[in-house]
Amino acid sequence: MKHVDIVVIGGGPAGMAAALEARRCGVKNVLIIERDKELGGILQQCIHNGFGLHVFGEELTGPEYAWRFEQQVKSEGIEYMLNTMVLEVTPDRVVTAVNSTDGLVHIKAGAVVLCMGCRERTRGALNIPGTRPAGILTAGAAQRFVNMEGYLPGKKIVILGSGDIGMIMARRLTLEGAQVKMVCEIMPQSKGLIRNKVQCLDDFGIPLRLRCTVVRIHGKDRLEGVTVAYVDEDRKPIPETMEYVECDTLLLSVGLIPENELSREAGIAIDPSTGGPYVSKNMETSVEGIFACGNVVHVHDLVDNVTTESYIAGRAAAEYVLGIKKG
Amino acid sequence: MIYDAVIIGAGVTGAFIARKLSRYNLDVCVVEKEEDVAMGASKANSGIVHAGYDPVPGSLKALMNVRGNRLMEDVCRELEVPFKRTGSLVLAFNDEDMRKLEDIRRRGVANGVPGLEIWSEAKIKEMEPAVAENVVGALYAPTAGIVCPYELTLGAVENAVENGVELKLGCEVKSIAFEDGIFKLQCSSGQIEGRYIINAAGLYADKISSMVGDNSFSIIPRRGEYLLMDKSQGSLVKRVIFQPPSAMGKGILVTPTVDGNLLIGPNAQDIQDKEDTSTTPEGLSQVKQGALKSVPTIDMHEVITSFAGLRAKLVDEDDFIIKPSAENSRFINVAGIDSPGLTSAPAIAEYVVGVMKSQGVMMKEKEDFNPLRKRTRKFTEMDDSELNEAIRINPAYGRIICRCEKVSEGEIIDSIKRTVGARSLDGVKRRVRAGMGRCQGGFCAPRVAEILSRELGIPMEEVTKSGGNSRILTGRIKEQDFSDGGDDK
Repeated sequence: MKHVDIVVIGGGPAGMAAALEARRCGVKNVLIIERDKELGGILQQCIHNGFGLHVFGEELTGPEYAWRFEQQVKSEGIEYMLNTMVLEVTPDRVVTAVNSTDGLVHIKAGAVVLCMGCRERTRGALNIPGTRPAGILTAGAAQRFVNMEGYLPGKKIVILGSGDIGMIMARRLTLEGAQVKMVCEIMPQSKGLIRNKVQCLDDFGIPLRLRCTVVRIHGKDRLEGVTVAYVDEDRKPIPETMEYVECDTLLLSVGLIPENELSREAGIAIDPSTGGPYVSKNMETSVEGIFACGNVVHVHDLVDNVTTESYIAGRAAAEYVLGIKKG
Repeated sequence: MIYDAVIIGAGVTGAFIARKLSRYNLDVCVVEKEEDVAMGASKANSGIVHAGYDPVPGSLKALMNVRGNRLMEDVCRELEVPFKRTGSLVLAFNDEDMRKLEDIRRRGVANGVPGLEIWSEAKIKEMEPAVAENVVGALYAPTAGIVCPYELTLGAVENAVENGVELKLGCEVKSIAFEDGIFKLQCSSGQIEGRYIINAAGLYADKISSMVGDNSFSIIPRRGEYLLMDKSQGSLVKRVIFQPPSAMGKGILVTPTVDGNLLIGPNAQDIQDKEDTSTTPEGLSQVKQGALKSVPTIDMHEVITSFAGLRAKLVDEDDFIIKPSAENSRFINVAGIDSPGLTSAPAIAEYVVGVMKSQGVMMKEKEDFNPLRKRTRKFTEMDDSELNEAIRINPAYGRIICRCEKVSEGEIIDSIKRTVGARSLDGVKRRVRAGMGRCQGGFCAPRVAEILSRELGIPMEEVTKSGGNSRILTGRIKEQDFSDGGDDK
């Protein structure tokens, strides 16, 4: 079995920062395993600016922020596997992964850093009644279609949830010629950053309806409209406020969930309030030698904070490995 | 050409009739109005192989159910369709329920259902600890089971096609004429001629029947809503858990699925619109409450999707109709196939062959009939050496596209290229489960769309969610001219 000092699972901002810091602390053998065809993770589809104010003291786009870290990973000679999916992590740190060229690979790791990020909540989790037509997708999926592949998911759009990706997509789709009719937020205040509300909604005259939600989906093949309604104090829809809104697309920006299937299977204790592993102050999980950082631990507002946290995890993983080696 | 038999409808009933007829030296054609098989009740039901204690003794339903149950194991082995004989429990919450269970048990015995037992409270606690505290007893039926309904339909159709049956998808029957002993079906894609028609059109069997002047029955949709739960809930119960039945059906059940999820539902509501598979707030809350009555610890935060199916319910009639029409004895109705239709399908197919023989159809068994069908090889079902071998032969098996369900690109390509291949995102999802997991395609849908576009040779804008006008994209973003090097120059 191949032996590696530190295996980092996920090559997004968290994984790259953790790997870099571990290397700076003197660990030679660091391996990043990334499932996509390039490093950078979700940053690659975030082509808007606003990244890096804290870490670099300037405003960068997502791909620029990722690129700076990628260059460091390369110049440090840190090994990485692309198009490679981790299938399992055991409590004694055997990592099983698969790709097209090597088939199944088993790697024994001195330490593991979990950097799998998060995924978006879906319609199923909200359980909105109605039909199941095409035209309902998460804001992140829409972002990938528009920014990575150059396709428009729809022309008349309602956005449910005022998460940052939803608001950013409201602006993006408006710039691409789509009509964003409204953003509905069930809570009394916007969920995302204030700057995103101002720059992505207010500046484009897109109404944000607070205490409002989608209660019904209409349309057989393709979405034809949604029924929206305001909610009472208990977040129950108020029937008299129901309104039909014609649209061909519903974007969901209703929250992110840390992606912890691997962690659970490794027997790592998960904090129900964050959806991520319980971590010590040096980002070690309940299983010795397995660390975690970034959105897999809890969902961060700013990538800069992910980077800072991941340095801590990278350093701790390095100390763990070097400590064991010394001993 | 003139077909010996034209089967209308590629649901589970039509699929098994087609497979059965493909054993014989007959020219058979299946016409289906949708873009895929199993698009009606066959894709949205409980996926239960019923033991057979529910139908009235002596009815066709009783006969077909018990026989179908017996055939299911062999059929699923031949077609490589996942099937588990889990057994089922009908719970009793009070003395009146207990009396009902005794009636059901007697009915089961009369129908020839083997192994029925009444379980005590203690036995239930031991065998199904998650069942509600206030359950006082249960009827246990060891022969009940679970199956994947669309995989079963697909398996039967593919096997039929591999044995020479022609399948015409996207082909809606508009009218039927009968001239000189030949049926002439005017379809959305041209005329089809046949000597016999088998009407397995599900919800629309009454409409099809009226095309030959037979208005002897009518069908209304009875809607049932379901919630599918994450695999985290999949091992709460081991058996299919029913409540005592009522006039509206078998009530809300809680069952594991063959894929390891938990399924709860259905409610039952008679509606007007045969296309209305929408879910309702009332229905979904009814399903939740009903399920929690049986199994109080289901975590309703773990819902991954909800859906509704429509049962083809006969008006003023409770049994299946499987017989030649009084208007034309060469037109065989197979109608009103609501529950236990899925279980019954293999038995109904046998029965239809009997009907055709009694009509004087000469049936000679083919020597080269092959009852075996191979399903897509699944990444998750292979061991290390099988997987490495699969990846060596086809590197696409090493590329995971759907993370939640661990589905590789190799499987997705196979689902598109196979005998009855997927044409849409939902078609891929039903065949290999890409997009079926907890993220519901949030991550993989754009990638599956690319693979569909590439393998089918169609532009991305033509890729649909489920055929028809269900396109997932409306066009390209604004065109930009980068011929001068764009911003990077």
